[in-house]
Amino acid sequence: MENLLEIRNLKITTLRGKNTVRLLDKVDLSVKKKCSFGVVGESGCGKSITANAILGLLPYPLRVSEGSIRYDSKDGEKELLALSKKEMRAVRGQEISMIFQEPMTSLDPIFTVEMQMFEALSFHHPHMGKGEMRERALEMLRRVNIPRPEQTLSSYAHQLSGGQLQRIMIAIALINDPRLLLADEPTTALDVTIQAQILKLMNDLKEQNDTSIIMITHDLGVIAETCEEVAVFYAGQIVEQASVVELFQHTAHPYTLGLLRAVTSLGGESRKLYTIPGIVPPGGQWSQGCRFADRCEQCREQCRRAMPALREIAPGHLCRCFLHGEEVEA
Amino acid sequence: MRDYIIRRLLTLIPILIGVSIAIFIVMQLIPGDVVSGILGIEETPELRAMWEAKLGLDKPLIQQYFSWIGKALTGDFGESFRTGAPVFPEIMNRFKISAELALLACVIAWIIALPLGILSSLKRNSIIDRIVRVVALLGVSVPNFASATLLILFLSKTFNYYTPVKYVGLFENFGTNMEIMLLPAFILGSVMAGSVMRMTRSSMLEVLRQDYIKAVRAKGAPERVTIFRHAFKNSSIPIVTLIGMQIGGLMGGTVVIEQIFSIPGLGQFTLTGITQRDFPVVQGCVLFIAFLYVVINLLVDILYTYIDPRISYS
Ligand SMILES: Nc1ncnc2c1ncn2[C@@H]1O[C@H](COP(=O)(O)OP(=O)(O)OP(=O)(O)O)[C@@H](O)[C@H]1O
Ligand code: SF4
Ligand SMILES: [Mg+2]
Repeated sequence: MENLLEIRNLKITTLRGKNTVRLLDKVDLSVKKKCSFGVVGESGCGKSITANAILGLLPYPLRVSEGSIRYDSKDGEKELLALSKKEMRAVRGQEISMIFQEPMTSLDPIFTVEMQMFEALSFHHPHMGKGEMRERALEMLRRVNIPRPEQTLSSYAHQLSGGQLQRIMIAIALINDPRLLLADEPTTALDVTIQAQILKLMNDLKEQNDTSIIMITHDLGVIAETCEEVAVFYAGQIVEQASVVELFQHTAHPYTLGLLRAVTSLGGESRKLYTIPGIVPPGGQWSQGCRFADRCEQCREQCRRAMPALREIAPGHLCRCFLHGEEVEA
Repeated sequence: MRDYIIRRLLTLIPILIGVSIAIFIVMQLIPGDVVSGILGIEETPELRAMWEAKLGLDKPLIQQYFSWIGKALTGDFGESFRTGAPVFPEIMNRFKISAELALLACVIAWIIALPLGILSSLKRNSIIDRIVRVVALLGVSVPNFASATLLILFLSKTFNYYTPVKYVGLFENFGTNMEIMLLPAFILGSVMAGSVMRMTRSSMLEVLRQDYIKAVRAKGAPERVTIFRHAFKNSSIPIVTLIGMQIGGLMGGTVVIEQIFSIPGLGQFTLTGITQRDFPVVQGCVLFIAFLYVVINLLVDILYTYIDPRISYS
């Protein structure tokens, strides 16, 4: 496989009472090897469920109803959606790791950091000795710049700060040298200065390890700092996709423009000056036309009648908007 | 930790004194007295005066109380007004029987409730979950005297079962003892199981939603590890609290079941003491039960610190 991960036509649904409700619609994504891929969009657009679907972690009653997720693993190409539970467990934490938005609640509060780092190793290396695990755990803690690794190993989550915890989560995620790291808003819950440190750390680790990253965020500023490619999600769809340079220089979709205006710059003291008026329509309340129509300043009559197709408007630059072509979604 | 335990045990003193005063007052307030119970129709003023002097009931109330508590503080709980036998050894004998019943009931309750509660939380809204929930609801809402009577009726009609007349100790004859104890233990256990099951289910559901459970799965954990090592252990604090309260309740609260099955436990002893106005027996039993309550609560609180490192007493 040329790419590390290829998501094709991914659809996710949930159950509300007896009704099936769509949450994600025909998403295609390709993550190149050794690449940072950004997924950006407001709350509820389907970013997290996409990441969870990759690792088979969708909570009941959510499920993948259609599509394919192909992954180029250490031992050959795999269709992740067709894996048995056991095969999926071998992928999790070893081939593909994940870190979450809330570092404060991502570690089990009643076990030590050491135990939880050892666990990550022993699930995939059942015969590894205590000494070797300890060495590996300490090495990882040093790599994520934890000041007193020995002491940290014997700590519990409530004794550590959010920034330290997220470093530890990153250390755990990378302890088995995965090829892909899913980072679901890894800095959202942290202070601005800590955010910048964590993003820098992730960039450094990516350079050292050749790990690809899918960086999920609602902040285009984070994308600018860390990613090469980016897909913009809106209401369960991709509305724009391009290289980061292209996206920032030739922003095409009105939604992306709105996100850009709302950007917070990292490290600065600027606050959110602008938010796009209105809310993201939740699954089950999607119109047949363009889903952004209600909030779009450039909405035309045609936009409400039909859904624009995601089409290539420049090499490698996809956009779903009638301002950039008349094609209608099949 | 040692200081904490000592402090907690010290709080026993005011609790037990308070309880003993309350019992003393209540025993004075309820109508009927022990002497007329003993003498029955043969009562004459002379005999009555003799007995009252013998039992110390002719003294002023305050003096009666202080002479009792003075002895109790030295570990002497006095003798039964009725039988003249020392109260404390009898309480210990009865306690062993009640403790066996309670322990059996707990084991039965846990064997039923914990696996089903966990299963029900994992298969939320499935058929199994629904059945478990209905059964648990029945367990908590049918009073145990009703289920006991129904069960005895059913067993006697279909299997010719009869409730044993005479209690046989655990170490006299294990088989007979079990025949006597299993049924009441099952009835007590099934009532406990209902609430333990509900608590296990809701506590597990709460924990299973937590981020760290997803994080454990994302590390590649086998389901067994996710469920037992992480989810169940994190769910166990409210379950342990509930179980502690239930064990405390079992110590004194098995009166009805002990009565129905003629088991000479602590509950039955207390009840007999009350009906016969046998003050030293009632005082001894109630104080002992109060003492057990406090100790069990202390054990539960200590257990917390082993489960959850965030809890510490200093
Ligand atoms: N456990 C769940 N049960 C029901 N619906 C869910 C569940 N998880 C997510 N959803 C729905 O799926 C949609 C997409 O959710 P998702 O969590 O992927 O959003 P997101 O883009 O990650 O947003 P956020 O920035 O808030 O994390 C939302 O409409 C949400 O309501
Ligand atoms: S299709 Fe129309 S409504 Fe939708 S984003 Fe483009 S201009 Fe706005
Ligand atoms: Mg999310």
